[in-house]
Amino acid sequence: MPPTQTRSPCARWRQDGGEVVLELSGDWQRDGPRVEIEGDAPDRAPDRYDTADLRTFDSTLPAFILSHLRSAGKSSAAGGDEKEQASMAGLPPNLIGLMELALAVPEESEAGAKSGSTSELKKLGKFSLRVWASIVSVLEFTGLSVMALVRFVTGRARFRSRDFWVVVQESGAQALPIVTLISFLIGMIMAFVGEAQLASFGASIYMADLVGIAMVREMGVVMTAIIMSGRTGAAFAAHLGSMKANEEIDALKTFGFDPFDFLVLPRLIALILMMPLLTIYANVVGIIGGLLVGAAIGIPPILYWNQTLLAVDLTNASLGVFKSIFFGAAIAMSGCIQGMHAGNSSAAVGEATTRAVVASITAVIVIDSAFAAIFTVIGI
Amino acid sequence: MTDPKEKVPANAKISVRDLTMAYGSFVVMRDLNFDILEKDIFIIMGGSGCGKSTLLRHLIGLREPAKGRILYEGEDFTATDPSQRGHFIRRFGVMYQSGALWSSLTLAENIAMPIEENTGLNAKGVRDLVSYKLSLVGLSGYEDYYPSDISGGMNKRAGIARAMALDPDILLLDEPGAGLDPLSSRRLDDLILRLRDSLGSTVVIVTHELASIFAIANNSIFLDTATRTQGANGNPSELRDHSGNPAVRRFLRRGEGENAASSRSSHE
Repeated sequence: MPPTQTRSPCARWRQDGGEVVLELSGDWQRDGPRVEIEGDAPDRAPDRYDTADLRTFDSTLPAFILSHLRSAGKSSAAGGDEKEQASMAGLPPNLIGLMELALAVPEESEAGAKSGSTSELKKLGKFSLRVWASIVSVLEFTGLSVMALVRFVTGRARFRSRDFWVVVQESGAQALPIVTLISFLIGMIMAFVGEAQLASFGASIYMADLVGIAMVREMGVVMTAIIMSGRTGAAFAAHLGSMKANEEIDALKTFGFDPFDFLVLPRLIALILMMPLLTIYANVVGIIGGLLVGAAIGIPPILYWNQTLLAVDLTNASLGVFKSIFFGAAIAMSGCIQGMHAGNSSAAVGEATTRAVVASITAVIVIDSAFAAIFTVIGI
Repeated sequence: MTDPKEKVPANAKISVRDLTMAYGSFVVMRDLNFDILEKDIFIIMGGSGCGKSTLLRHLIGLREPAKGRILYEGEDFTATDPSQRGHFIRRFGVMYQSGALWSSLTLAENIAMPIEENTGLNAKGVRDLVSYKLSLVGLSGYEDYYPSDISGGMNKRAGIARAMALDPDILLLDEPGAGLDPLSSRRLDDLILRLRDSLGSTVVIVTHELASIFAIANNSIFLDTATRTQGANGNPSELRDHSGNPAVRRFLRRGEGENAASSRSSHE
């Protein structure tokens, strides 16, 4: 039908000898003009339809009728719950077929009530319950991890060593390029900043102390931990989360495998082992970055190196490495806990990954602050 | 009869000519020739792994044919540049094997998204249309549920509702009955028949559920894994009784005719 002949759709209510008649006319098309409604819609289903002037229609017409029948049904259901079949008299046969199909299954009233009104107090209560539940689950998970580690040490944990080596490769060797780049640049940045301040005292050589101590105590380990949170923690959460969504974790359970031993333990041990190694590597690369800056401004590399060795004693050097063990455990656990507790959909996997990265970075910084306080108190 | 490769029947919705499907150099099926006519309930059947879903993906343009053409009402779909296929794509609605609803959206939002993007309806119009589509598949009241909150069968029905969002002339359903109990599967068959009768749509179904096939189909194609070509094309009930291809008869009788024959011969 040429568009010039399209007539705008119209629904007109009229009374005809005690009967409510809905007169439908025009072309009911999705992309056509808006529906004109004439007369007041009564609170009941029409007794009959007049479709003499009805021309073409798509789903918008049955959708319109259904929406009226539903709202009319709701207001009449308040009086009594007798189910009377809405009259379809006067509708074209194929439309009757569709309406019968649409009305065949009554509206799930319980389902509709799902999004009820919630007061602020209720929200606060739900929020506190959620926070409490997450604290409990973190504690529970930590306890389970410790128990699993004990099982591992006593040789009673069961997992495939191949999985373990794959995780070691993914979280160790494959992280080297990004750790190299970031640590190198951090070392250079600190050297530049330190040089700008120290040069005014003629003490440029002390930038070796600054870079060395800052790298081994804080920057090396914290930057590595943040890289690993974004890289490996997120990967753990996404991997375990999609395994959960695909019921792979349930499959492990039914074969009698402890998903904790099988999935969490290899990741936990791998990161506890790899984090110290990556930290030592990051420290060395950072110091080399500082050394290059020093060479660029005229400090002979051998002098810079010796100055670094004087400044960085074994206690200092081991502090960062010691912390990295805890950071590794925190990152692995944040990733695994979010993955294991993820919901059953692809959107939930995304949420779990986000939460894992946020949680592991937060945990790293909080643990680092705690160590800073402890080291200050005991004077190292 | 005239050469089927050249002639396209006047009431053909989809015509496939000399279609060869391949993954790289691995040929899945070759030389497929068939027509899907208006208001057909057309079944794509065959053993597991024979390329049924691959054929469906070719029909909707998710894969390009290695050779051959696919015509929609005589218009060449495969020759059209993928970016110019908008008017073809609005003609068909697809339900994927597991529903493939967008998991971050509620059922209502899943169905509303294509409607909002493609039409100028106002918010109430969209809402009415969405609840109507959900009512058609028996899910009214589930507007605010997420796909992960409802059962697999409900996900499939919601997938059909989404496929129908834009009133397509052609509905393509990938294994609609798989994983459903017999009653739900039967209800789904009824739904498909009633939708066809009321909406006048053409329905293409990938399935190997014989009960459904005989209940609703009036035309079909059988993909033969052994020869990698089309084994037969026609009404499934007739193919079961009169097909010249033993593989087709065996498939449609669940191998029963063959079993009877072989057990008889072993007794002799």
